[in-house]
Amino acid sequence: MFKPFALALGALLLLTACSDKGAATAEGKDAPAAGDITGAGSTFFAPLGAKWAETYKETTGIRLNYQSIGSGGGVRQIKVKTVDFGATDKPVKPADLDESGLLQFPIVMGGIVPIVNLPDIKSGQLNLTGPLLADIYMGKVKRWDDAPIRALNPGLKLPHLPITVIHRADGSGTTFLFSNYLAKVSPTWKAEVGASDALEWPVGLGGKGNEGVSAFVKQTLGSIGYVEFAVAARTGTAVVNMQNHDGHMIAPSIEAFAAAAAGADWAHAPGNQLLLLDQPGAQAWPITGTVFIVMHKKQDKPASGRAALTFFDWAYTNGDALATKMHYVPLPPEVKQMMRAQWSQITGPDGKPVYTPATAATAVAASAASAQ
Amino acid sequence: MSLQSARHPDPVDPIFRGLAFAAATTLLLTLGGLIVALMIGGWPAISKFGFGFLTSSTWNPVTEVYGAAGPIVGTLITAVLSLAIALPIAVCVSVFLTQYCPKAIAQPVSTAIELLAGIPSIVYGMWGLFVFAPWFARTVQLPILTSLDPESFWGKLLAGVPNGANIFTASIVLAIMILPYMSAVFRELFRSIPPQVREAAFGLGCTSYEVVGSVLIPYVKKGMIGVVMLGFGRALGETMAVTFIIGNSHRFPDSLFASGSTLASTIANEFNEASGVHLASLIALGLVLFLITFTVLAIARALLSSQRY
Repeated sequence: MFKPFALALGALLLLTACSDKGAATAEGKDAPAAGDITGAGSTFFAPLGAKWAETYKETTGIRLNYQSIGSGGGVRQIKVKTVDFGATDKPVKPADLDESGLLQFPIVMGGIVPIVNLPDIKSGQLNLTGPLLADIYMGKVKRWDDAPIRALNPGLKLPHLPITVIHRADGSGTTFLFSNYLAKVSPTWKAEVGASDALEWPVGLGGKGNEGVSAFVKQTLGSIGYVEFAVAARTGTAVVNMQNHDGHMIAPSIEAFAAAAAGADWAHAPGNQLLLLDQPGAQAWPITGTVFIVMHKKQDKPASGRAALTFFDWAYTNGDALATKMHYVPLPPEVKQMMRAQWSQITGPDGKPVYTPATAATAVAASAASAQ
Repeated sequence: MSLQSARHPDPVDPIFRGLAFAAATTLLLTLGGLIVALMIGGWPAISKFGFGFLTSSTWNPVTEVYGAAGPIVGTLITAVLSLAIALPIAVCVSVFLTQYCPKAIAQPVSTAIELLAGIPSIVYGMWGLFVFAPWFARTVQLPILTSLDPESFWGKLLAGVPNGANIFTASIVLAIMILPYMSAVFRELFRSIPPQVREAAFGLGCTSYEVVGSVLIPYVKKGMIGVVMLGFGRALGETMAVTFIIGNSHRFPDSLFASGSTLASTIANEFNEASGVHLASLIALGLVLFLITFTVLAIARALLSSQRY
């Protein structure tokens, strides 16, 4: 029933969208991209999307209408074509992309960090490894002064407190990345719990959203949770150092997330399906995530496809400073260039690309300038 | 004038009748459509898990095995607990307002109680999470945890993580939410009692307590049960406030201070990202909730209509 209902709703939205655009193009033919850009999906992307949209509107007058309904919802919406683009934290599988005629590309990155509430322990003092984190989340390590934690933190005065595990209650891209990381580094976790956007958690209690998790952690002495880095930075909860792929203990930072992205091999990722988990690199943070934009390769209305791509090109070129300020991580310039090249796959009914980015040289120069 | 209109009936009348009929049938059709929609949407889950869907407490999105027992039990426990808390308070409030309270104070107090009903659910949720839960953890849970033997009966009943996110606090927040509605209807019930009944009881020499306990409450007993059921129905379906504070784990709660989940909170939490059997299971949860609420409300209606005032 949900599907027909969504279809009906979609049809309705499309109708209104069509009439809007029809009216707009009738008014002025030489306007490059008329009408608003509509998108839906990732809640993680929403705050940055809104800020970008604000600035973009000031310069171009074009509005972005983004509904923060969750990654899964975003992919569902783009499949039934109710929006111009979907945004998701978990990459769509290549087979799924081909089946629905979709293209996905990364737009921005972010980190997921474990946070704790322990007496006298501040940000960056507690060290953990991936397998130990998995053991904690499986309830196998029960107290903060248990031997495995003490072994990693010789100088630290660990309290004899029970560990309270806090997780996300709602289905979420954050949980998807976190559980995929645990499954990657701990075979027991992979076998007993698995990885998905919602789990059957062996222990602990669930907070609603990043805010719910950080509220529970703040209120519970001896608790551990995981949130987006931006949330941890905003709420000031103590973050944990993690051991990365190369064996170094790393504190979470924009630089550490960027280091994880630097080692990523986008060129050999079919359908751009790539998880930046446990990436090699001396300074790389192990739990890094990417927001993907999903669009149809065949655009029924080239104008709206062009408008969306123009916006993303603008975001690639001009959006890095804003992203960094909001604790997101911009993509490396060469990845952006690679993605710009892939946009030629997005074509109108006539088979021609709906949008051709400005000359490669200026684009690279601009993104290099904004990265500084 | 009246003769003329008798010969040529006003055309407004049949139009209005048609409109009223259409409104009523649309509502009925919507209700029927809802049930059908829930059944169709939930069918993949119902056909896959069968009756076990109601009895299994596994809820595993990774292996795609779903059972509704955890949320069903959580829903019933929180609803019953919140009623147990709200009922005595609601009775006392309404008795006070109708029997003891000076008229000058009764009106402002009633208005204040009705205002409580107007506060959006999400506000109760935020208050519960950020204000009430930490307070409860500090002043109730921690002293209990430190003073009770964890192996004793009470220790086991009141065991749990001391952060205030549990079934008991969720029930208290729920109780506050259903209280205004219940006390408002109780007040109307008490007001509907003919004054002669009360005067006669006083005439026989009853004390105020005896009048309320032995005459007034028995007089409106059936109606009260109906109101209780309506309050129960509301507590069953309440979503946002509970989602914030219940702790959201799908296991069977093993103590009063354990985290749990309800049917509505599970749907609210997971609907965004669900697809396939997961989505169908969530819709099936909705069907279960619908059936429970429907049964409760049907009983309430029957009880309420059997007594007229």
